[in-house]
Amino acid sequence: MTTATPTAADPTLEPLTIGARRFDSHLILGTGKYPDNETMSRALDASGCEVVTVAVRRDRLVNDKGESLLDAIDLDRYTILPNTAGCFSAEDAVRVSRLGRDILEQLGNPGASWVKLEVLGDKKTLLPDPAGTLEACRELVSDGFEVLCYTSDDPIAALRLQEAGATSVMPAGSPIGTGRGISNPSNISLCLELLKQIDASYPVIVDAGVGQSSDVSVAMELGADGVLMNTGVAHAKEPVLMAHAMRHACLAGQQSYLAGRIQKRRYATASSPWEGNVAYIPGE
Amino acid sequence: MRITLNGQPAQVPEGATAEQLVELQGLTSTICAVEINQSLVPKADRAGRVIEPDDKIEIVTLVGGG
Repeated sequence: MTTATPTAADPTLEPLTIGARRFDSHLILGTGKYPDNETMSRALDASGCEVVTVAVRRDRLVNDKGESLLDAIDLDRYTILPNTAGCFSAEDAVRVSRLGRDILEQLGNPGASWVKLEVLGDKKTLLPDPAGTLEACRELVSDGFEVLCYTSDDPIAALRLQEAGATSVMPAGSPIGTGRGISNPSNISLCLELLKQIDASYPVIVDAGVGQSSDVSVAMELGADGVLMNTGVAHAKEPVLMAHAMRHACLAGQQSYLAGRIQKRRYATASSPWEGNVAYIPGE
Repeated sequence: MRITLNGQPAQVPEGATAEQLVELQGLTSTICAVEINQSLVPKADRAGRVIEPDDKIEIVTLVGGG
């Protein structure tokens, strides 16, 4: 099917600012788990994203279809954000960050100074280890990295990472790959409030848990600066179509947030005037 | 000379450098990073880094991930 390609974002809206870099799109997409590289490339394009995450692994230079990831990603178009996925200690996360930086420096990609820090506590839940994450964040910041830090939706843990010098704090909507959306909007909202206390422009990106486009809208309506996702697009029945949906949902959520929602009320308020009503009104 | 390469036992000639190991693996034209005993050997330093017996070496690249 053909779908009209919308612009990356409404130019009247604020860009996503991470450190010194600015992006029109507020989505970051992962590059894992797509059926093939062609589908991935089309999905990245459809999402309008300008930043993509990648993993660092032993020399699996081509996938099981004989394709290389780097051949499928336009390095002039996308900023590559290398992750430390699969690391369960601060020490390993720091090692992997340095390996990723060396590769991106060779590629001349602006993502070389960035790392998406993940220090996991448990393989089953993939929940972050807060102590290890904080330790790694401190070390990477002192080593000159701009750390985009995956964390739980615990507002105080998020605050500690910001204090440790994280360039962006990225609380999880729900555990990685679960597709359960924003499990605890109150916590995400508190994360946003605390992280933006000193600087309202500090970038907070909801990372993980997206299962459908409305999850992205919810995150943006809470005031998030961006949303990072992978499985929700890559494992959709139609990844390219889902990527389109995510793009629209992100824009809709951002505009809805900026427009300012109405207060919730206990009772109804009529949209049509009572004045001039010809009908019988019970109780009057 | 015996080393461990990406978690597997491997042999390299005496005096080989990290750069030569990358070449021996057929990865000359591939973008990769090299780590020896858990320390990064930056690309620019590979040619000057001689491999020692029992070194634990990792050669990594970028793959799809989230």
